[in-house]
Amino acid sequence: MSKKEDFVKFDKVDKSYDGRVLVVKDLNLDIEEGEFVTMLGPSGSGKTTCLMMLAGFETPTNGEIYLDKNPISNIPPHKRGIGMVFQNYALFPHMTVFENLAFPLRVRKIPKDDIDKKVEKALSMVSLSGFGNRMPGQLSGGQQQRVAVARALVFDPSVVLMDEPLGALDKNLRESMQYEIKHIHESIGVTVVYVTHDQGEALTMSNRIAVFNDGKVQQLSSPDKLYEEPVNSFVAEFIGENNTFAGEISDISNGSCKVKLDKGEIIANPISVKSVGEKTTVSIRPERALINPKDKMDNNQKGIIEEVIYHGDHTRVRLNLLGNSEFILKVPNSSQNLDIKLGNEINIGWNSHDARALDPK
Amino acid sequence: MSSEQKILSTDGIPLEESLKQAEKKNKIKAFLLVTPLLLFLIITYIIPIADMFSRSIDDKMVTNMLPKTYKAMEQWDGKELPPEEVFEAFYLDYKILVENKTAGKLQTQLNYEKNGFKSVLKKLARKQKKFEEGNYKEQIMKVHKRWKNVDYWRAIKRRAPAYTYSKYLKGVDMYSNEDGKIVQVSEDRRIHRILWSRTLEVAFFVTLFCFLMAYPIAHLLATLPMKYSNLLMICVLLPFWTSLLVRTASWMILLQQQGLVNDFFVWIGLVADDNRPEMMYNKTGTYVAMTQILLPFMVLPLYSVMKTISPSLMRAGKSLGATPGVAFFKIYFPLTIPGIGAGCLLVFILAIGYYITPALVGGASGTLISNQIAYHMKSTLDWSFASAMGLMLLTGVLVIYWIYNKLVGVDNIKLG
Repeated sequence: MSKKEDFVKFDKVDKSYDGRVLVVKDLNLDIEEGEFVTMLGPSGSGKTTCLMMLAGFETPTNGEIYLDKNPISNIPPHKRGIGMVFQNYALFPHMTVFENLAFPLRVRKIPKDDIDKKVEKALSMVSLSGFGNRMPGQLSGGQQQRVAVARALVFDPSVVLMDEPLGALDKNLRESMQYEIKHIHESIGVTVVYVTHDQGEALTMSNRIAVFNDGKVQQLSSPDKLYEEPVNSFVAEFIGENNTFAGEISDISNGSCKVKLDKGEIIANPISVKSVGEKTTVSIRPERALINPKDKMDNNQKGIIEEVIYHGDHTRVRLNLLGNSEFILKVPNSSQNLDIKLGNEINIGWNSHDARALDPK
Repeated sequence: MSSEQKILSTDGIPLEESLKQAEKKNKIKAFLLVTPLLLFLIITYIIPIADMFSRSIDDKMVTNMLPKTYKAMEQWDGKELPPEEVFEAFYLDYKILVENKTAGKLQTQLNYEKNGFKSVLKKLARKQKKFEEGNYKEQIMKVHKRWKNVDYWRAIKRRAPAYTYSKYLKGVDMYSNEDGKIVQVSEDRRIHRILWSRTLEVAFFVTLFCFLMAYPIAHLLATLPMKYSNLLMICVLLPFWTSLLVRTASWMILLQQQGLVNDFFVWIGLVADDNRPEMMYNKTGTYVAMTQILLPFMVLPLYSVMKTISPSLMRAGKSLGATPGVAFFKIYFPLTIPGIGAGCLLVFILAIGYYITPALVGGASGTLISNQIAYHMKSTLDWSFASAMGLMLLTGVLVIYWIYNKLVGVDNIKLG
């Protein structure tokens, strides 16, 4: 089966609630069939609005959404055939688990025998066989969540939307549910559009992540690219940890540039800067900066340790480096013979390739 | 547990006892906190109901007024005119009553039992001053020929017991006749049963109208954004805060034949000026005014339940393929049943005992059983009958509550 490239397509979609502020601005997004795409962003960034437009509970102010090449703006939610998992599960509290799962099948007038089979299958998929006669109120949060997932999948929808489905669960349960949802997605190959503000969740589960901010997609790429190669300082800041230096380009040539800081100068990788004199924010991932590097690196600086925090598997070290007193280093626990003590001066090195000169904040 | 051995606390006291002691203080405190309410309930609710009950079956008044007569009547079989001793005893009892000027009460009470008794007794009161000693039977019978009628004597005898359920029979248009059989009153006097059924009918329809009107309002209240819903809430509550009399009076202004509603109908040409419909002093007026007045009692419980229903449930229903109608009836409506239950019960119980509004706008065909109770309280001063009907009303409400509990389940009711 060949995968359709633009199975779900947002085409120049704008959305405004009050006629004054655009919540979603000129959104273009193509989602491949069978893909797991996460919309990630801070609250108020427009990601949930996008999901609601796809589900049919909000209409785009401008632009069109296509599902399998068909425009769907004029199709009411119940005819779209899109499964949805809600933040607070939205299980029907007056129905048993079985009835909850049978609901989408019953409204589709599917014969009773098939309903029984499909519900049983869906329940076993989320390892809840035998819970059919329970009421939702008698289940734990994680079980309710799994029922909600099963209910969104039981009628074989082409797309399943999940709106921060794990937000209400505690940390351990959230992590195990992440894997569970990922495995279900892999085994049945349904297209999933997932909304979250938790970057860990997004990185773990998705094929691709769309980072939202201010009504716009800032970057749409695979999790590793998103982390390694953020295209602007918002993405760099939002995904993972990040050390930044604000400065001005003093020289640019051959895929590298010199950035003049208040104190000193560093060599960086020009991503979104083009000419001398531009303001920039340089972003370096904490794990890319090494202490006393053995190999030759094109950036070498001295920093003073201001804080040491023990984290078990690694130690976080806060340095004062080039006037930035928030420079974070992650030192793996295996590193020995390092003189990490408060007030010590240490050598820090990184490659100019890993110091990305992005747009100024 | 398999072992009977008692668990001891560290001091060696059985655990149960030490727990009781530890909690004793708290229990006393808790009890003291509820004592004022308990006393209030006993004084204002339990005692009046007990008093009403004793009043409704109490028939001691006549018994106490004619002690000698009833003693003499013990031997009388009631088939023919009583013997001389009864006449003499009655003369002696009645003489005391006339001298104490309390004969009026007896006249009224015996007139309830047998029509026309009052005038006979009044005449006897005038004539008996000239009675000579001895042979009272003939002297009394000479005063009025009705004294020769055994029915009047039977009527006196029927009032002998200190307790009676005759008021309850009267409440459903029945009485126990001369032979002690329970029969219906003649057809043209069966007013109470009409009133009972009308009361139930009005209460039922008012509840229905309230439900039909309150459901959309409550839904709107629960789903509108805060600033609009607050305004709407005030619109719902404003009449609630207005005096009941003022509201009823304003309905009178609106509904009367020369009133605003009729003027409007004439103005838009719906009815002819000389053929204005009567919307007041009949059942229509009662329906309209009571529905408006009781509406908040339906809106508020419905609103409080609807407020707790997450909007995502309806969305979930729709996303799962249910049309808006199916989603409403399968998901939203079943979840509002606790509110519907509470609202209907509240409105129905309030409506069944409603008094002021039907009295003012109901006219003859729109008055309810409570108006009849008030009539007996104020006009005929037959308090025992009023008490009996009040208790019948209370019992009716309890029965309805019981049926309701069986159908809906009181646990499913949510008042807010």
